Amino acid sequence: MTHGSLIPKILVTKIGFDGHDRGSRVVAAALRDAGMEVIYTPPWQEIAAVVKLAMEEDVDVIGISSLATDHLIVPKLMVALRSAGLGDVGVIVGGIVPDREEQVLLEAGVARVFHPGSAMADIADFVHGLAERVRARRIAA
Amino acid sequence: MNKPIVSQLLSTPAAHREWEQEYAATIGTDKNVINRSGVAIEPLYTERDWSAAEHAGELGLPGQPPYTRGIYATMHRGRTWTQRQLIGMGTPAEYNERLMEVLAQGATAVSLIPCNSVFRGYDMDESHIELLGTCGTVVNTADHMDRALQGVDLARTSCAMNDPSPFTLLAFMLATARRRGTDWRQISGTSNQSDYLSHYVANHMFFRIALPGARRILADHIAFCNQHVPKWNPMSVVGQHMQQAGANPAEAVAFTLSSAIQNAQDCIARGMDPDDFLPRFTFFFDISVSFFEEIAKFRAARRIWARVARDRLGAKDPRSWRFKFHGQTSGVDLTRQQPLNNIARVTVQAMAGILGGLQSLHTDAYDEALSVPSADGARIAVATQNILREEAHLTDVIDPLGGSFYIEKLTDDMQAEIERIVKIVDDAGGMYQAVESGLVQRMIGESARKFQRRIDDAEQTVVGVNAYQVEEDSSARPINPRPNRDAMQTHLDSFKAFKAQRSQAAAQGALDALVRAAGDPRDNVFGRVVEAAEAGCTHGEICHTLRRELGFGHVQAIV
Repeated sequence: MTHGSLIPKILVTKIGFDGHDRGSRVVAAALRDAGMEVIYTPPWQEIAAVVKLAMEEDVDVIGISSLATDHLIVPKLMVALRSAGLGDVGVIVGGIVPDREEQVLLEAGVARVFHPGSAMADIADFVHGLAERVRARRIAA
Repeated sequence: MNKPIVSQLLSTPAAHREWEQEYAATIGTDKNVINRSGVAIEPLYTERDWSAAEHAGELGLPGQPPYTRGIYATMHRGRTWTQRQLIGMGTPAEYNERLMEVLAQGATAVSLIPCNSVFRGYDMDESHIELLGTCGTVVNTADHMDRALQGVDLARTSCAMNDPSPFTLLAFMLATARRRGTDWRQISGTSNQSDYLSHYVANHMFFRIALPGARRILADHIAFCNQHVPKWNPMSVVGQHMQQAGANPAEAVAFTLSSAIQNAQDCIARGMDPDDFLPRFTFFFDISVSFFEEIAKFRAARRIWARVARDRLGAKDPRSWRFKFHGQTSGVDLTRQQPLNNIARVTVQAMAGILGGLQSLHTDAYDEALSVPSADGARIAVATQNILREEAHLTDVIDPLGGSFYIEKLTDDMQAEIERIVKIVDDAGGMYQAVESGLVQRMIGESARKFQRRIDDAEQTVVGVNAYQVEEDSSARPINPRPNRDAMQTHLDSFKAFKAQRSQAAAQGALDALVRAAGDPRDNVFGRVVEAAEAGCTHGEICHTLRRELGFGHVQAIV
């Protein structure tokens, strides 16, 4: 897929207690190689710290990697983003998320959940499209 | 008269040429085959690659140095591996219920995985309740451990604790043993997560105390256990994290051996005799689905360790040279797609570990790529071991693949590759410095990306992921359990009540002693952790105290 000249800006991070970071590192590197501006943090970020970083860095998208149930607090992140006036930032989640809980995340406003086995190119395409929509919404506002 | 059979079996130069010609004519363009460690693999191995006459000294018999064929004379024919399933979820009472089921199904040893909040050094009243008990059991006090191990005879049952520095779980267990009148000298088991270097490299969930402090606490822990809990293995050197994080099999072994060398040298520098502590060193490895390579990995690792322990670390007791290891089938190889296929993967992985000569085995549940294993998934994982041990005749013969041209050549190649990487670490100043500088993390990250590219480019088939996909009905997937929130809330309330009711003076006194120990290199920090556990201190209080005194272990952001 080809995209316009927009360079998406994405924060790749992990919240909660788990530190399995192979996924977040591989995805961060793949998105960087796809030409995006990637802000990568080590795992174990507090929700408040993610919101602050997203605001300071003015990112289009936040990618949360969750391998060990940390996605269960992503709805709390969505609330915190909205309270901080960052409701327009796109949020994606990647990792081990059971179907039932995927629905909960989507209902909380997560744009998409990527499961194990996702191709890097598909993730990059989706982030690109999501970032375009986020920018368009911001201009409209 | 017929020629002797033996000369017909060996390939004469003419026969070999004939085979080469026929092979070339039949195959057309040959594939460039490389294994997961990046080693080129030939289509056929013969006595040109490896011969028993030339290499007998590299093998030894089982129980004889350099232990390529196994560390004990009897190996699995005498005693099969310990069947040790990792379990841990919910409250201590819920854990105990699951533990009793697993023991009834044939598991022969206990393991305890604590909640991720425990790994991160927090008590339950400092955590998001949504995350409590989802990946392990919430054990914050000696009372919790007593409840978790109710009905378990600590003098007779080997217990593995997933217990990173500062080893509060073992401290809680020792406190429990004292209450029950069990002699510490009878307690056996392993501190499964004592390898702080691997946590720093492969992150995982652990990460609590800055490197220099973690280094000291480990040496204190080894010294304490050697003296007071002599059947306990205080050091489990972990390659599993690194391979899960992306290291290839050769790198995983090289970094693990380098960590073992570093830890042993740290103990020697404190004046300890290697023959006092090395017999209690154990190793913990991932077993991937790359069947032959994994077998070669374990055979090579045994051989290298025997020489390292003897020649480099100066150990004289053969027990110090024996490379004892626990294997865990690789979760990274499991797929979310068509999850039942994972039973086949786990079987192949487990066979590689068994044929590789492991001492203890955990088989993953087929639904681990979906979530925390279901009860059914956990049962099948145990059954897989029972089938391999008692139906498949895998244990009839010791090192059944020994002498195979391919396995022996692969073992030799694996050894050379491992030694090459150990040298890189040595040149960087040893494992501690190679980790501190980020060298090891960068190498692992590069291997992870290379492997991902091979999957993305479909050079490496992953059934159901990049080949043989089918439409799947998501409703057919197993429903994975989550802890009972009400039970967790009750557990939390009783924890708060315990903290309010205990002797605050005794708890504070023990934490003060911990502070003094942290500042006094002649004291033993782990000994003070045990005293704190007995005085009613909580996991979080002990971790916070040491973090304050010894610094927080921040992780480098290396992409």
